[in-house]
Amino acid sequence: MAAAAPAVIISVRDLVNRFGQQTVHDGVSFDVHAGEVFGIVGGSGSGKSVLLKTMLGLRKPDSGVVEVEGRDLTCMSDRELRDVKQRYGVTFQHGALFTSLTVTENVILPLVELLELDEATLQSLAELRLRMVGLPVAAGAKFPAQLSGGMIKRAALARALALDPALLFLDEPTAGLDPIAATAFDDLVLYLRRALGLTVVMVTHDLDTLARTCDRVAVLVDGKVIVDTLPGIVRNEHPWIREYFHGARGRLMAPAGEGEDRGA
Amino acid sequence: MPKSPEFQARVDSAEGRLSLAGDCRAADLGTLETALRKWAGTGSRSVDLSAAGRFDIGPAWILKRAMADAATAPAVNGSLPAHFSYLDEMLDGASARTADIAPPPREPAGLVRLGRALEIRGESWYEALTYGGKLISTAGLAWRSWKHLRIASIVRHAYETGYQAVPVVAVIAFLISVISAYISAQQLRPYGGEIYTVDIVALGVLRELGVLLTAIMVAGRTGSAYAAELGVMKLNDEVDALESMGINPYEVLVLPRVLGLIVALPLLTIVADFMGLFGGAMLTRYLIDLPWPQFFTRLDEAIAPTTFWAGLVKAPVFGLLIGLTGTLRGLQVRESSRELGRLTTVAVVQSIFLVIFADALFAIFFLEIDF
Repeated sequence: MAAAAPAVIISVRDLVNRFGQQTVHDGVSFDVHAGEVFGIVGGSGSGKSVLLKTMLGLRKPDSGVVEVEGRDLTCMSDRELRDVKQRYGVTFQHGALFTSLTVTENVILPLVELLELDEATLQSLAELRLRMVGLPVAAGAKFPAQLSGGMIKRAALARALALDPALLFLDEPTAGLDPIAATAFDDLVLYLRRALGLTVVMVTHDLDTLARTCDRVAVLVDGKVIVDTLPGIVRNEHPWIREYFHGARGRLMAPAGEGEDRGA
Repeated sequence: MPKSPEFQARVDSAEGRLSLAGDCRAADLGTLETALRKWAGTGSRSVDLSAAGRFDIGPAWILKRAMADAATAPAVNGSLPAHFSYLDEMLDGASARTADIAPPPREPAGLVRLGRALEIRGESWYEALTYGGKLISTAGLAWRSWKHLRIASIVRHAYETGYQAVPVVAVIAFLISVISAYISAQQLRPYGGEIYTVDIVALGVLRELGVLLTAIMVAGRTGSAYAAELGVMKLNDEVDALESMGINPYEVLVLPRVLGLIVALPLLTIVADFMGLFGGAMLTRYLIDLPWPQFFTRLDEAIAPTTFWAGLVKAPVFGLLIGLTGTLRGLQVRESSRELGRLTTVAVVQSIFLVIFADALFAIFFLEIDF
């Protein structure tokens, strides 16, 4: 554990989530520090999505505490929860753009709903968000169905940024993108983090994204969580983690084979 | 997190000065916008940011835009928001990325629009015709074997569209026949011809009302369901998935639905006819004191052997029209959830229209051949 204590923005303590007989999270505890990119990995069915939903306050855990900026999400009134929700932006795995609205309308939707602003100001803010995520401004007039996969992910990010969140949740941001688009998206996340000091929590299976962007990684295994820097995780002796990072795909990405040598 | 000072914006109209104080969050955009509009009216000469705290990017952008829009660059007192450098960096980067998307085309003028509308109409008819053709060829091939006819599927659709609609169709047929019998009886009473109420109800229900009301009810109930079901499957790429497996979606999805409806609608019509006559008998019994046996004697005299069939023969045709419209519109859904809603509506409206239009044609045809 690091000696210096950076500011904690999300703190999860002894989280338990159950579905009937099945326990998905059995006492999960970790902290997300302000200004870091925090990766969450785990096998299918290990409860990544459930964890994300719990952290977003969309699901009440069976027991345990989730604190965002020192305030407990699990025992909040709807009004308090709404205030917290305005502090974070979320992108969903498939974008979840509203198909009947143009990209611009999608991006300004939170502003229209929560604030009373002029049309000109709204258009200007939409332009800002599109520029921030590197979309051409003309793309704003398009409908989601007319965009490519990479552009949909960017548009979704633009919408997530609409309210200037301090905290960004990304669910599989690079899934389904070609390596060039995925690299560009990683650069974008890093750039926004550096320029705006955002805290980013991302669920991803993309080992390259994990290696390039994440400061620390949480691995969900057996209902527990292991949090460490990526090199630390790679050295972990847990069989599933070894399989994950040292399998055929993992080998491809480790250039120097650092983890392998130590493991062997 | 320390409590940040409340955001305040003041405009000094005499000097054209904007004074901002405290942290400016996205939630303060409204306040900032109002102040900036006022400021622009006073000539935007200077900005006092000495008491300002942190800015979110959104407000920083709006402020930067307003300062850029001023006739002469406003004098700045205090330090500019930290995000200004990020915004400059972003704009520099953006100019390197040329717009790779063409701007949306301008709204076309009147004649062009008319042409486009006609073209779309034409395409829609063409599509409907191709659709019919594909369906006929599929149907032709489906007779090859029981497997391709998909009896189980047809029965399921007949059950869902027919059997489950029995209560609502029965009640509606009963009520409509009671209403028409009541009005007829009132109109005929001055002439002492109340007995003819039986004729009116019998002819009306058997020839027209029974089948027409049933068809309209089914169009609303099943036409929309077909369109929505197939539309969602289309949005989910399920139709493409079927096709990729070498399975003909017309055979699996469309034909069973249409055939199911062709089977179900006549059966429902018989129920409606029965309930209509029952309603008529009830009303005449209590309103004009016509005993049951006499009702049936009169009924026997009033209707020809063909009357019942003149109504029933229309039912499969209506079923075909509703089934075709519903499934066609469903398969036309593309891209968005709004399309789904629009085409479901279109399916219902068009199938009701087609049913009534076909009914009118039948009426003329039956008149001509004296059926």
